[in-house]
Amino acid sequence: MEKYIKGRVWRFSENVDTDQIIPAIYLVTGDKQELAKHAFENVRPDFAKDVSDGDIIVAGPNFGSGSSREHAPRALLGAGIRCVIAPSFARIFYRNSINIGLPLVECDVDAADGDVLAIDFEDGKIVNTNTSAGYTFPSLPEFLVDLLDAGLIENTKRKLTRTG
Amino acid sequence: MAPPSDTRRQYHPHASFYPIAANTRVMGMTIAEKILAAHAGKDSVSPKEIVDARIDYVMVNDVTGLPAFEVFEEFDATPILEKTVLIQDHYVPNKDVASAEQAKSMREFARRYGIKNHFDVGRGGVCHQIMIEEGFSAPGRLIVGADSHTCSYGALGALSTGIGSSEAASAMATGELWFKVPETQKFVVDGEPGKYVMGKDIILHIIGDIGVSGSLYKSMEFYGSAIESLHLSDRITISNMAIEAGAKCGIIPPDEAVFDYLKNRVIGEYSPVYADEDAEYEDIFEYDASEIAVLVATPHLPENVTPASEIDVQIDQAYLGSCTNGRIEDLRAAAAVLKGKSVHTDVRMIVVPASKSIFEQAMREGLLKVFMDADAYVAGPTCGACLGGYMGVLAEGERCISSTNRNFIGRMGHPNSEVYLANPAVVAASAVTGRITDPEDLLER
Ligand code: SF4
Repeated sequence: MEKYIKGRVWRFSENVDTDQIIPAIYLVTGDKQELAKHAFENVRPDFAKDVSDGDIIVAGPNFGSGSSREHAPRALLGAGIRCVIAPSFARIFYRNSINIGLPLVECDVDAADGDVLAIDFEDGKIVNTNTSAGYTFPSLPEFLVDLLDAGLIENTKRKLTRTG
Repeated sequence: MAPPSDTRRQYHPHASFYPIAANTRVMGMTIAEKILAAHAGKDSVSPKEIVDARIDYVMVNDVTGLPAFEVFEEFDATPILEKTVLIQDHYVPNKDVASAEQAKSMREFARRYGIKNHFDVGRGGVCHQIMIEEGFSAPGRLIVGADSHTCSYGALGALSTGIGSSEAASAMATGELWFKVPETQKFVVDGEPGKYVMGKDIILHIIGDIGVSGSLYKSMEFYGSAIESLHLSDRITISNMAIEAGAKCGIIPPDEAVFDYLKNRVIGEYSPVYADEDAEYEDIFEYDASEIAVLVATPHLPENVTPASEIDVQIDQAYLGSCTNGRIEDLRAAAAVLKGKSVHTDVRMIVVPASKSIFEQAMREGLLKVFMDADAYVAGPTCGACLGGYMGVLAEGERCISSTNRNFIGRMGHPNSEVYLANPAVVAASAVTGRITDPEDLLER
């Protein structure tokens, strides 16, 4: 996991569900880049067009609710999103994101579209460079940091070789 | 049957006088904690602890299957055959070339590894109904599925929960998965529900009270005389929608109704798990079932509940089906309202029994004839329109009264279409009048 990132904000409200992130009609591929083309298509048609590598999503509580589709974090990764910040996440979305290497931060951050945030994962600090407001967040348990770093696939391979 | 209280306590009423071994948790455990502890090979676990636990089954469907199979190929392993269940339900019979390719990948995966538990078109139905009907779900089991409504099997006393595709692949290969032990909220529903109040109304009432993130990361556990009096089908509706409050699982202590259902059905042995008397709950919510109205969840969140009798909204489609309310008891409730009546000329009603065996049963009972005589369209089991897949997708501006579980933006079609969630009797009554209708108002006319 990168220790420090800086990125432009896409602001979303609360209860953003996975149908909004990636509509069900596109669930016919698992490809990140393909999925990214339709991310937020119904609710924010400009997203897929204007998003750029290194951007950050800041949202209200319960981000990623609804279906278990891993296509949702995959679409965000494919779009270049480097981190999602929200006061709380739906649990399957949370698991999926960690498993595929998309860092999530549980924190209530005040930021508008286009603001630039600096995130220090190691110290658990966020600064909104536009407003200078600072925020802190608790660091992830070690188990999850390892998972995020290695990825679930590598993690599983290790387990399989251990158990032979 | 009253849940037996914890035997340790019965045999050692003065347990605190005995020396307590290091690491022994003094507090009792909830059902979710006990199931996780047992599957993690531990005496006890506490909320927030992360454990690696052995799973009993892992299920994927035709949508979540393909990404799981792709990941699986990276492991250089064989799936644990007896734990792996593959179910084709979301876009089958194949709706287009892309979905056909997806379904084909599941057929090939099943063939390549000789996976017997593969339910293809004509042999199965909606995944969660199949997981219950075919005897995979049972009290005390730990079951994961790459579908958010996997929490449905909590109605049989299992801890079942939704996961992603990659981790489903990992679970197929290793038979294990990491879990964070959830906090538990206890929901006690006592009293006698009204005539047209079903499990759907009880869970909608609860979600209306606590909100769509009211149980985020938590285990909901349901108690009380109203829950005990419900048919298993209605209990499944309640556990099914636990995820709509954000929960990890929604567990109901198993009783005779569950044990009877499982006779000659369940695969293997099982042992029921009950909470300790001194289990620790994060919260306890109490409800009086006699005060719960027949409800409708209006767009675009399941927490937006209003009594059906207070809503006056014109509808274009009425949908009866899904893992939430596509069981025989649901079809009976709808047919009882529809019998001798016709679907309103401005409405199309679509009836989709959740499984092949429900379809057959409905045929034997003459329910399908009731629907067809009323001019409803009856289709074979599939998820179909529930997720806006096909067979009932909504156009711009259209409204649907639906027995399903989600009314998110664009869930059943166009982003400017609307889904209203209700129980099967409301769906039927509304189909007849063309407006959202409480069955009581229709039948008293
Ligand atoms: S019926 Fe609907 S909610 Fe149930 S599994 Fe299918 S798509 Fe999901």
